[in-house]
Amino acid sequence: MTVERLIFGLGLMVIGAPAALMALLGLAAVLGRALAERTVARAVQTAIVVGLTSSVAILILMLVVGRRSVPIDLGHLVSVPHFHFDVKLLFDHLSVPFVILTFVLCGTVSAFAGRYMHREPGFNRFFGLFSVFLVGMLLTSLAGTIGILFAGWELVGLSSALLVGFFHERPMPVRNALRVWTIYRASDAALLIAAILLHQFSGHGDFTQMLGSGAWPEGSALLTHWEAFVVGLLFLIAAAGKSALVPFSGWLPRAMEGPTPSSAIFYGALSVHLGAYLLLRVGPILELSVWLCAIVIALGLITAVFAAIAGHAQTDIKSALAFASLAQVGLIVAEIGAGLRYVALIHILGHACLRTLQFLRAPTLLHDYHRLENAVGRHLPRLPVSWEQHLSPSLRLRLYRFALNRGYFDDFLFRYVARPIQGFFRWCNNLELRWTAWLSGTPAHDAHTTKATSIELDEAA
Amino acid sequence: MNAYHSLCLEIAVLIPICGALWIRRLGDTESAQRWSIAIAAGALAAVVLGWIGFVLDSSGNTNAQWSLLGAVAGRHYLSFDSLNVPLLLLVALIYLATIVTTPRTKARRFSFTWTLIAESIALATFSCRDAWLLIVLLTVAVYPPYRELRSRNQSTRVYAIHMIGFVGLLIAGQAMLEAEFAFIDGSSWKALPLLLAILVRSGVAPFHTWVPDLFQRAAFGTALTHVLPMAGVYAAVRLLLPSATAEAIQAIDILSLLTAVYAAGMALVQTDVRRFFSYQFLSQSSLVMVGIGIDDSLGVAGGLAVWLSVGLALAGFGLTLRSVEARCGRLPLDKYHGLYEQLPTLAVFFLLTGLASIGFPGTFGFIGVEMLIGAAVLDSPWIGLAIVCAAAINGVSLMRAYLSLFTGTRHTGTVALRMLPAERIAVLALAALIIGGGLFPQPAIESRYDAAEELRASRIGNVSQTAP
Repeated sequence: MTVERLIFGLGLMVIGAPAALMALLGLAAVLGRALAERTVARAVQTAIVVGLTSSVAILILMLVVGRRSVPIDLGHLVSVPHFHFDVKLLFDHLSVPFVILTFVLCGTVSAFAGRYMHREPGFNRFFGLFSVFLVGMLLTSLAGTIGILFAGWELVGLSSALLVGFFHERPMPVRNALRVWTIYRASDAALLIAAILLHQFSGHGDFTQMLGSGAWPEGSALLTHWEAFVVGLLFLIAAAGKSALVPFSGWLPRAMEGPTPSSAIFYGALSVHLGAYLLLRVGPILELSVWLCAIVIALGLITAVFAAIAGHAQTDIKSALAFASLAQVGLIVAEIGAGLRYVALIHILGHACLRTLQFLRAPTLLHDYHRLENAVGRHLPRLPVSWEQHLSPSLRLRLYRFALNRGYFDDFLFRYVARPIQGFFRWCNNLELRWTAWLSGTPAHDAHTTKATSIELDEAA
Repeated sequence: MNAYHSLCLEIAVLIPICGALWIRRLGDTESAQRWSIAIAAGALAAVVLGWIGFVLDSSGNTNAQWSLLGAVAGRHYLSFDSLNVPLLLLVALIYLATIVTTPRTKARRFSFTWTLIAESIALATFSCRDAWLLIVLLTVAVYPPYRELRSRNQSTRVYAIHMIGFVGLLIAGQAMLEAEFAFIDGSSWKALPLLLAILVRSGVAPFHTWVPDLFQRAAFGTALTHVLPMAGVYAAVRLLLPSATAEAIQAIDILSLLTAVYAAGMALVQTDVRRFFSYQFLSQSSLVMVGIGIDDSLGVAGGLAVWLSVGLALAGFGLTLRSVEARCGRLPLDKYHGLYEQLPTLAVFFLLTGLASIGFPGTFGFIGVEMLIGAAVLDSPWIGLAIVCAAAINGVSLMRAYLSLFTGTRHTGTVALRMLPAERIAVLALAALIIGGGLFPQPAIESRYDAAEELRASRIGNVSQTAP
């Protein structure tokens, strides 16, 4: 058996095992059959172990053979004249570490969640969505074409939004899930337009052809400066939505309504880095435009500063950790803008592992403190006086308000984007209702004339 | 069998109408439903047999086929071609699924007789290529929903005004296209009445208000079967496109695109679940019209693929909503209802079919939407941008509806709301087609591409013939 065929087989197992898991749990949900907790936990463990072993084996083979990039072509999903959708996976220096990180962290979190979610009514639903997330992450990481990346990106978004609303018998998680989904849809739209424009400009949908012949991090995109600027800006919007960069940061603390294991894996470790991963993947496009790189650096730094300030005013541990994550993601994005791709990749790997640990310990934080204090025999020392003590009281107060309101970004988006759109369509709806009432000769349906609904009013409050 | 596919089609049209006559004699609703299921299944089986025969028949010569109408009238009025084969399957499937999932509580107010008659008309419409016969069938198809509105003591005026306009414009438009009027120069003006007729029937803004009105006033099943097959789009393909000028097609494109975005936005603010569904449908069906209007085989193929995927997905989505409504009544979308714990499987189907309708990855709609956007961007980046915006907004309104119906609170009720086996089978079959089509889209997309090529070839042929 040649090395190529071995890698091909292993590559299939990397994606096939989680896909089989998703199919199993999805089929059970569709058929209305609840699987036993132990069965679900074993299936998840098996899929992750198979995937992790295969991806590590691929890494070893690549190192032994000295290959920096191994594309695996699984053929056409569709092929008609002038259009083909290829299923292609790309194992390289960027995707393989990210895939291994995904399996390690998903394995850890699934083992934790098996106990944490024990006898929870939504146990199967949690792992069903978890499997969708896993497949989405793998598809995004391993995508050899922009179409596959988009498919994975969407799966991650869906599972993420539904897990934010996991405790769905309460209205607040559900409202937050809708907010998260709305931002994700905007980011998906930007990614889709970027993908199509990139396809049109370069004539390819394949990363290896779009981004030049060199393996990651080398390669140069076959675009003009102007094309690179437009496409890169769209990729940046997509990344900003997914990684909660400014001005989309408002959804990140809202996403903490989900169960702790999903918060850990999504907003501490993997999903929040997906925007940075996308920017790393399309790095050759970014570097074609100095202005674009400057924007990326500026956005990253603004996000980092904002998250550092906002994190200071959080009163619950998960929100504080979310902003701490965001500060690091901002720095990672700035590193990408500065062209430090390996630094950014290593930063992602280290940060994701640390933050997962912190999130998983978050539910027992007080218990850990008590243990430490008991061990030390006195209260733990307070933090030293921080930089904000040197600011004038009025500036401190303003910064505190700014941090407490999370930079007013949510308010801004609600007031100047969502509300005008909703207001316009409500006005149109009332107009239509009056028109049909006049045509039919019946009074307008009062029940259906739309004002701001109770759900939305609560949200605005 | 491959020599008899036209006969199979005629049998598929005859089975429901003969069955309707038989069912009319039955007084019992339960047995009427059982017979209706058998009859609709028979019609579907006949279409499937005809389809197999059509695929096996390599000659492609319709006149070599034996058929009843061929023997009586000397002409094949009903026939398969590359365009209508999957559409006929879709029509038969939508009717069967609607009849199967009709709950007992609704069966008394739901006319199986008229549903079967409507199925016959729909199957005949989608297998007809003769212009005037198609116009007759499209005209007759207007009656069953009208009759139902009357029988439910609902105002028929909105529906009637639009449909009278549609029929009048359709007849006038076809007459003008065929006649030589000295006072009208230029085929753009000649095609205007037909263009308007098609815009009305397809629910393109500003002629769309009859669709939400029909959904609010008629039985959900009747409204679904009347609008989901998209007879207006079929009329556009058969009557208008072959001889349409570039201006007429551009007008369709622009108005459909505006409708796609407008209806998506309208779905976002609806508080009534049926109005929400109707605007989702209007937005998605407008995308089909956009695709068909693009001057490129890829765009047309994308439009045709979206036609199938949206038809299938919205059929499943609509039937799921109908099942929820049958248990809980019409639920407003401005409150949370928390039905997930009571109806977990329906919740999954709701999300699955809804996501499929917006072209989510892994479903049949994904590739169609990708093709459509790809071709649209080539035509004009603004068209691509508008389609993406419409899809994004539809995704948000879909999730809003899901969260409102199935989450947000704990539903307290003493009655078990579980899915019935018939409902489960019907929605499972649709879900299997949606997922199967998403994982193995090549045959369906290839057939849509061939149909698109044929359509464009016939159009180019007609336009070059009419050119001076």
